[in-house]
Amino acid sequence: MVKLLPRSPCTDLLPRTVGTITMSEVLLDRVMSVAPFAGQAKPTSAALKDQIGLGLSAPGRAVSNRRARVIWAGQRMWLVAADVSLDGLAAVTDQSDAWAILRIEGAGVEDVLARLVPIDLRASTFKGGHTARTMLGHMSVGITRVGAQAFEVMAMRSMAATLVHDLQVAAENVAAR
Amino acid sequence: MRITCPNCGERDRREFYYQGDALALTRPAPDAGPHAWDDYLHNRDNPAGDTRDLWFHEAGCGAWIVVSRNTVTHAIDDTHLAATVKR
Repeated sequence: MVKLLPRSPCTDLLPRTVGTITMSEVLLDRVMSVAPFAGQAKPTSAALKDQIGLGLSAPGRAVSNRRARVIWAGQRMWLVAADVSLDGLAAVTDQSDAWAILRIEGAGVEDVLARLVPIDLRASTFKGGHTARTMLGHMSVGITRVGAQAFEVMAMRSMAATLVHDLQVAAENVAAR
Repeated sequence: MRITCPNCGERDRREFYYQGDALALTRPAPDAGPHAWDDYLHNRDNPAGDTRDLWFHEAGCGAWIVVSRNTVTHAIDDTHLAATVKR
């Protein structure tokens, strides 16, 4: 049988550095979307807590521990970075290879994102553990603050090259000022 | 124009898709008869004043939102999740 080589969404694209900004790829072994059935949000959260030590996060929040991450991803939808079993509680879909996840960090990272994202990502309003579904350019993305000068941006895998290109141009323009 | 999403907070209008009058929330019963269904499908009020619309937070959390707004002043009075509306 042919042996296939694994290729991550941002293979050949990352890492790269522009001025003070560094972009790198984040690889998660497992990403499951969890959408609790009607009325099952609390039992789902309890079951997750048993299995990975984290319950469902509030809207706009992401939580993590050593084993797993739980990222709010929209109306009644979460992304869980772990293997979970929630039979009868929630619709669970394996999205492990569906997302390109890019970590962007460095001095002025908020200025770079501000050129593309229509929401206020400054630390005064968008704090550690905050996450948002919004747009980057014309692309639908999820953005999570993971540090004082670091964010993770999730986009559809098919949009990886556009994501990197848009951020590259924005970072170059900020660096040129 | 900015709309407050109950999940995400105040967001730019470009994140939203406009569906139209919120009458989808008052769908007639299947046996309501042809007149009720004809009215539901084809007839719309065109109010100068308060109205209720459905907006979809397409580029955000994916929630359907009921927006109460005024077509004369463009003021938005209230927004809430369509999922929480009692039927």
